[in-house]
Amino acid sequence: MANHAIVGAGAYVDFYKAKRYPGVLSWILSTDHKRIGILYLASMLSFFLVGMSIGFLMRLELIAPGKQLVDPQTYNAFFTLHGVIMIFLFIVPGLSASFGNFFLPIHIGAPDVAFPRLNLLSWWLFIAGGTLAVLSMFTGSGPPDTGWTFYAPYSIRTGTNVILAAFAAFVLGFSSILTGINFLTTVHRMRAPGMGWFRMPLFVWSLYATAWMQVLATPVIGINLLLIISERLFGIGVFDPAKGGDPILYQHLFWIYSHPAVYIMILPGMGAISEIMPVFSRRTIFGYKFIAYSSITIAALGSLVWGHHMFTSGQSYVASTIFSLLTMLVAIPSAVKVFNWIATMYKGSIHIEAPLLFAMSFIFLFSVGGLTGMMIGTLSFDVHVHDTYFIVGHFHYTMFGGMGMAFFAALHYWFPKMFGRMYNKAVAKMAWLMIFVGFNTLYFPMFILGWLGMPRRYYDYLPQYQGGHVVSTIGSWILIAGILIMLSNLIRSLRTGEKADGNPWGGTTLEWTVPSPPPLENFEKIPHVDRDPYDFEGVSAR
Amino acid sequence: MNTIDGLTVHHHRDYTGAKIGMWVFLFTELLLFGGMFILYSVYRTVHAEDFHHAAMELDTLVGTMNTLILLTSSLTMALSIALIQTGRKKSSILCLVLTIAFGLWFMVNKYFEWGAKFEHGLYPGSEFLLQHSQGEILFFGLYFTMTGLHGLHVLVGVGVLSVVGFKMLNKPYEDIVFAGPGVDKLEGAEIALLGKSGQKMWSSEVIDDSVERVSVRLKYRPVGKRVRKEDYALLENSGLYWHLVDIIWIFLFPLFYLIT
Amino acid sequence: MDNNRTDQEHTGFDVYVLTWVTLLILTAITVTVAGMHLGKLSVLVAVVVATVKAGVVLYFFMHLKYESALFKIMVYVALGTLMIFVGLTFFDILFR
Repeated sequence: MANHAIVGAGAYVDFYKAKRYPGVLSWILSTDHKRIGILYLASMLSFFLVGMSIGFLMRLELIAPGKQLVDPQTYNAFFTLHGVIMIFLFIVPGLSASFGNFFLPIHIGAPDVAFPRLNLLSWWLFIAGGTLAVLSMFTGSGPPDTGWTFYAPYSIRTGTNVILAAFAAFVLGFSSILTGINFLTTVHRMRAPGMGWFRMPLFVWSLYATAWMQVLATPVIGINLLLIISERLFGIGVFDPAKGGDPILYQHLFWIYSHPAVYIMILPGMGAISEIMPVFSRRTIFGYKFIAYSSITIAALGSLVWGHHMFTSGQSYVASTIFSLLTMLVAIPSAVKVFNWIATMYKGSIHIEAPLLFAMSFIFLFSVGGLTGMMIGTLSFDVHVHDTYFIVGHFHYTMFGGMGMAFFAALHYWFPKMFGRMYNKAVAKMAWLMIFVGFNTLYFPMFILGWLGMPRRYYDYLPQYQGGHVVSTIGSWILIAGILIMLSNLIRSLRTGEKADGNPWGGTTLEWTVPSPPPLENFEKIPHVDRDPYDFEGVSAR
Repeated sequence: MNTIDGLTVHHHRDYTGAKIGMWVFLFTELLLFGGMFILYSVYRTVHAEDFHHAAMELDTLVGTMNTLILLTSSLTMALSIALIQTGRKKSSILCLVLTIAFGLWFMVNKYFEWGAKFEHGLYPGSEFLLQHSQGEILFFGLYFTMTGLHGLHVLVGVGVLSVVGFKMLNKPYEDIVFAGPGVDKLEGAEIALLGKSGQKMWSSEVIDDSVERVSVRLKYRPVGKRVRKEDYALLENSGLYWHLVDIIWIFLFPLFYLIT
Repeated sequence: MDNNRTDQEHTGFDVYVLTWVTLLILTAITVTVAGMHLGKLSVLVAVVVATVKAGVVLYFFMHLKYESALFKIMVYVALGTLMIFVGLTFFDILFR
C-alpha cells in the first residue's frame, strides 16, 4: 500500500458524506451502488411492512368462520395484494437488489457495478412498478382479485383493475432484468486482480447464478403479462377458451418464470448464509466448490421443473410425471448446501450472535419447507393437497422461512458494515426468538389444516378448522411483534448505536478490509487478492 | 486499459463489458419473443389445417419484400460499423441513415399491410374474425401480437440508431485518465496550455501526492489510426440490437407467410 | 496505443456483402420451396432455412464468429434454455 498517490489514510471519508447533490437528491440521483443498495433496502422494507399489514388483516379475518372484518371481495383483493407486494416488491428483488447491490462490487474488489446508471434506472423502475401496483388498489374498477398469479381465463374476465397490476409486474420484471444484466457483467469484468472465480465469496456465486435466471426467465413472464393485457384490451384470444386459446399455456408461461423466480428469491439468501456460517464458526466453509457449483446447478435444474405447479391443471400425465421426477433432482444441490453449512459448524468455535441465530433458523425452516416440497413434488401426493393450506404452509416455510430469515440474517450481519453502528445485540436475540416462535406458530398449523382439507384462498370455512386458524392467527401476532421489535432495534441503532469498527465479526471477505461504512469507491486502491475467501489465518474476532 | 510510459491509463468505458451487457440484453429479447414462439408452435401443432388456411390471407409478396428490406438494412448496419472502424465517418453515417430509412420503409409496408387487414375487418376481436374457426382466430391473434411487437422493436431500433447517428455527428472526444499505481510518477509535474508564441495561457497547480487522477480530454476527428473500438461501442451495440430484430423477422416471415 | 486495431481483419466489406448475398439466396430458396406445396416437408425446410439464416446473421453480421468463447457459450446457454422451455412444454401438448 506504499505506492499510491490517492487519498491518504487519514483522509478517509465514508460514502454517506461524499455526496454530489443536496438532501434527498443525493440518494435518488446517486449511481453509487451502496446508496442504491440502501435505497432498495429501505423501499423493500417499506413494502414489506405494507404486505405484512395486509397479511395481519387476513389472519384476523380468518380467526373465526364467517365475516369478521371485511367482505369476501375485499378479502380476495387482500390475498392478491399480499402476494403481489410480497413477491414482486420484496422477495424477488430480495437480497440481490439490496445486499447484492451493496456488497457484490466490494466482494470482488471493484469500485462499483459495471453499469452504474443502469443500476439507478433499475431502482427507478422498481419504484415506478411499486407505485403502479399500489395505484391499482385505488383506481379503476377495484383492486385486482385474481391472486398474484393472474391466471387466465379469470384474469381476462374479471372486472377488476388487472391491466394496471399486470403492467406493474411487467415494469418490476424489467427492473429485475436490469439488475441481472448488471451483475452478470460486473462479475465477468470487474473482478480485482487475483480474484479468480474460485476466490469469489459464495454470496457472489449465488448472485451470479441468480442473475442468469433473472435474465433468461423474467422475459417469459413479461410477455405473458403483456398478452394478458392485450387479451383484455384487444381480445386477441390466445388465452381465451371461447376463441380456442388454451389457459393452461398461460400457466406454462407463468411458471416458466415463476418457478425459477423461487430460486431467484432463495439463492442470494443461501449465498448470505454461506457467508455467515464460516464467520460465526471461525472455520473455513466446508466444500466451497460444491456450494459454488450447487448454486449453478440449482439455477439450471430449477428452470426445468415448473410443471409441478400444474399437476391438477389438466396438463398431460406424461408431462406431470417428468416434472415430478425432475423436481426430485433439485433436492440434491439444495441438500448439498444444507449439509455443507452444517459441516462448516462441526468442530467450529461457534459464536452465538443474532446473524447466526437467524442463519440457523434459516437452515431449519428451509429444510422443513424443502422436505414438504418433496412431498408436494410427488405427483400422487400433490393431487390431494393441491390448493390447500398445505401449499400455503409450504411456500411460507421456503419463502419466508428461507428467504425472509436469510434476509434478516444478512441484515444483522452486514448492518454494522453498512451503517457503521452496532445494534443492541440482546434485543436482536430476543426479537429473533419471537420471530422464530411466532413463525412456527403461524405457519405450522397450516400443514395440518391443509392435510385435513382446508382449501387455500377461502374467505370462509367449516367450524372444524377453527382451532388451527386461531393458533395460526395468534402466531401472526407473535411474529409481527418480533419483526417490529427487530426493526425498531435496528432503526434506533442507526443513530444511537455503538460505533462499529471495520471488522466487528472477524469476517474474512473483502468488505471487512475496508472501514465501516465504506468510502465512496470502496477501496483506496483496487486490492490485489492473494487469499481464499474464508481463510481465517490471521483474522481475529473482536 | 493501456499503458503509457509505465502509467496506467483508464478509458472510462469497458468495451467488452458493454458488449457482454448488450448480448445479455439480447437474450432477454430472445426469451421475450421465445414465449410467443412457444404459443405459436403449440397452436400450430394443434390447429395445423386452420393455420394453413389463415396464412393464405397474408400477402407473401409484401412479406418477402419486407424480408429483403430488413436483410439489406442489416448489411448497411454492418457496413456502417466496418466503415467507422476504418475511420470513414461520413460513409459510416450515410450507411446508418440508410439503415434507418430501410427500417422506416419496413414500417410503411407494415402500415399498409395491417391497414388492408383492418379494412377487410380482420383484426383481433372483430366480428368478421370471430366467424372464423378457432385456429384462424388464434393465427391472427398471434400474427397481430407478434408482428406488432416486432414492429415496435423496429421503431425502437430506428430511434436508437437516430440517437447514435446524432452523437456521431457531434465530434467525439475521449478522456485519457492517469490513475492507479504509478500516478506518483507525475508528481512535481504540471499541465499547461501554451499560446502561439509559447506563452503560458493557463497552467495547473503542481501535481503532488494529493492528486488521485489526471484526466485529459481530447477532441478529434476519426482517422483510421485514431479510431478505437471503444469509441464506437455504442454503434456496435445498437447494431447488435438491429441484427437481433432482423433475426426475429427471419423466423416470423416463414412462420406466418409461407405456411400456405 | 497500437494494440487497438488488432481485430480489424474481420471487418472486410466483401465478407458482409457475401453474407448479404447468401441471405438473399436463402430467402429465394425458402419462398420457392413454400410455393411447391411439399406438405409437411415445406414446414421443415422453412424452419431449417430460417435457422441457417439466423445463424449467418449471428456469426457474421453480429461478429459472433470473431468473439471469444465466453460469448459463444453464453449464446448457446440462452438458446438451449429456450429449446428446453419449448421441449418440456411439448411433453404436455403432445401427450394430452
